[in-house]
Amino acid sequence: MKANGLLSASQSALMAVVGRLMGIIDVPLRYLQRKTGQTGMAAFFLAPNMAIFTVFVLVPFVINFVYSLTGGSAIFLSERSFVGAEQYSEIFACGNYLDPNSCKQDVFWIAAGNTAAFVVLQVSLMIVAALITALILNREIIGRGFWRAVFFFPVLLSPVVTGLIWRWIFQRQGVLNGVMQGLGLEPHDWLTERNSAFFASIGVSIWAHVGFYTLILLAGLQAIPKDLYEAAQMDGTSRQRVFWRITLPLLMPNLIVVLVLALIKAVQIFDEAFVLTHGGPGTSTMYLVQYIYETGFASELRNPGLAAAASILMGAVLVVLTLVQMAASRRNEKKGAR
Amino acid sequence: MMKSISILAAAGIALLSSTAAFAGDVRIMWYSDGVEGQVFKDLIAKFQKDNPDIKVTVDEVAYSTIKEQLPVQLAAGNGPDIARVTNLKSLAQYWLDLTPYLKDAEFWKKNYGDQLDWMRPDGSNIIPGFMTQITLTGGFVNKTLFDQAGVALPGEKATWEDWVNASAKVAKSQQVPYAFAIDRSGHRITGPAISYGANYIGKDGMPAPLDDAAKKYLTQLIKWNADGVSDKDVWVSASGTTYKPAADDFINAQVVMYYAGSWQIPNFMTKIGTNFDWVAIGSPCGPAACTGMPGGAGLVAMKDTKNPKDVAKVMDFLASTPIAKEFAERTLFLPSNKEVVAGGLDFKTDNKFAKEALNTFVKATTTTAPEALKLPGWKWSDTVYGALVSRVGQAMAGEMTADEAFKRIDSDIAEKVKAAK
Repeated sequence: MKANGLLSASQSALMAVVGRLMGIIDVPLRYLQRKTGQTGMAAFFLAPNMAIFTVFVLVPFVINFVYSLTGGSAIFLSERSFVGAEQYSEIFACGNYLDPNSCKQDVFWIAAGNTAAFVVLQVSLMIVAALITALILNREIIGRGFWRAVFFFPVLLSPVVTGLIWRWIFQRQGVLNGVMQGLGLEPHDWLTERNSAFFASIGVSIWAHVGFYTLILLAGLQAIPKDLYEAAQMDGTSRQRVFWRITLPLLMPNLIVVLVLALIKAVQIFDEAFVLTHGGPGTSTMYLVQYIYETGFASELRNPGLAAAASILMGAVLVVLTLVQMAASRRNEKKGAR
Repeated sequence: MMKSISILAAAGIALLSSTAAFAGDVRIMWYSDGVEGQVFKDLIAKFQKDNPDIKVTVDEVAYSTIKEQLPVQLAAGNGPDIARVTNLKSLAQYWLDLTPYLKDAEFWKKNYGDQLDWMRPDGSNIIPGFMTQITLTGGFVNKTLFDQAGVALPGEKATWEDWVNASAKVAKSQQVPYAFAIDRSGHRITGPAISYGANYIGKDGMPAPLDDAAKKYLTQLIKWNADGVSDKDVWVSASGTTYKPAADDFINAQVVMYYAGSWQIPNFMTKIGTNFDWVAIGSPCGPAACTGMPGGAGLVAMKDTKNPKDVAKVMDFLASTPIAKEFAERTLFLPSNKEVVAGGLDFKTDNKFAKEALNTFVKATTTTAPEALKLPGWKWSDTVYGALVSRVGQAMAGEMTADEAFKRIDSDIAEKVKAAK
């Protein structure tokens, strides 16, 4: 556009063409609106998205559910026998749900327990780490841009690369043991000892994703009005009080988003943990998605029906988490509106 | 409804895993343990020179891809045209009968007939492919470490305990992390189990519950792991049926004794070089035998190929005596082609350790137990191997006792047999 605000000849011509095109579209759209009303128009505009959702989410979900009602190792549904809820009863056949060894599908329950422990620990530690990192990166520190990039960089890495890098660090002859030996300390079998392997998988997962959540919290911190802090400063409010009374409440919407996203992501843990520990030692880092993968694809005699049933159960947990997120968001919106 | 869902599912799987060739092309899925990938590509280049109308593509993949992804591709009808496979029997329903397309089917029966049952569905007489090499499991030791420790190598009839105890002495003296390692594989631990007297096959041809001999060996293996004698990294730091070799630990002199098999010879020759002296020891003895497990990799054609004639032409070329001879001599693999064996081989190596190791394995074939010879052609071998690996791994990690693991192995196998019906 020219400095004086007038359109050039070519820009005017372009606008005229666009105007004509809009005019052409306008006729059928007006007709459609007359026929369907406002609700119908909304559906019309949503249709492309709904079509994509149907093809890539709804239909696979239905197929998966149908698989969970069938038995055998064949891939094609037409070659599989209908077994009803047998796969679900197989999973729930337990003497005592708190003792996986009493269950027929003991590895499923071990994997479910591991996933629950992973979710609780990883999500809490992740939120604390992301909050601390965001608070630090929000301050006027030297090289702030550089540090923000450093924390975000792991998010860009492929999970397989992340898993491999940390495997080389943690393995018996890895970097960490090399450093420890250099310092005169005894090396440790990080990936063959149950607890250290479990915490290694949590640590690596936090390292890989903390940058993403930090970014969300950083955006929240920057949206808090500065005058609130200035007023608090003038009142001589302590830093801790400022944090608990101003920062944290105003950051709550972002924290809820982080909490729910981190929860959903943690329930789906697979790739980097699988590359890092292969689910070992024993089954101590075997999480639900790995169980589903191994049952459906990697074992000598595949059982796609059982894998599908396990994934439906996991999907149910994810639906509950999503509902919790929606409820929390709504509650938060109402609070904000008051 | 079921049909349309089935078609949608098939289309999805096809989109995700399609590696099938177009008409006129032949696609081969190949994995390598050592140098054989390069040798194979050289041979394919020769074929291409004489057959420019057939385009052969070699997809070199990891062994885990063959083990985990190929079965799913085959089930979805989207596998390659030819593949190099080790679980030949359990996937036998997907192989093509090459008989009507071959130049001379009798040549195949005469030269490769002994192993055809390993890759045929039970009761069938098809020719689906040929073994690219015959293997036998067996041990290797780092002789330099034995010499430095002043410990004599146990003799020919030495038992598993003799070898492991001697290796433990060497490991202690030379400050090597572990005395002994065995690949995380059901196939690998089966040779020693049979040496202890184990038999997996019941009278009805179906899997039998674990017998006392198998339990005795597995208990010993779990104990060696708990005592820190065997390499924990291999068995403990993985779960389920994950395959994990310990070759790198042996190459890096982190274990004194390594139980794997003849296929590792070219790998050691290339990677160990002159770093240390190594020797093959065959299979140590148990109370019942001194046996390794026979096996190998086979090159098989797929039933779903669109170009069976072209596939057969490639297979005819690769199975021919001069090509099989060149492959064996350059890769140092034991050939399965009888004409090649009868004509003698000139292995292309000056490495004395490799030559001695090859002789040791050839000699070890004479002590292979009949129970071991049956397993490559037994439909349920992979099922048993899978259950053994996952449950013994859990017992080694301290998640269950050996007895609990044995019960789980039996119930896992029974469940898989039921699910397959």
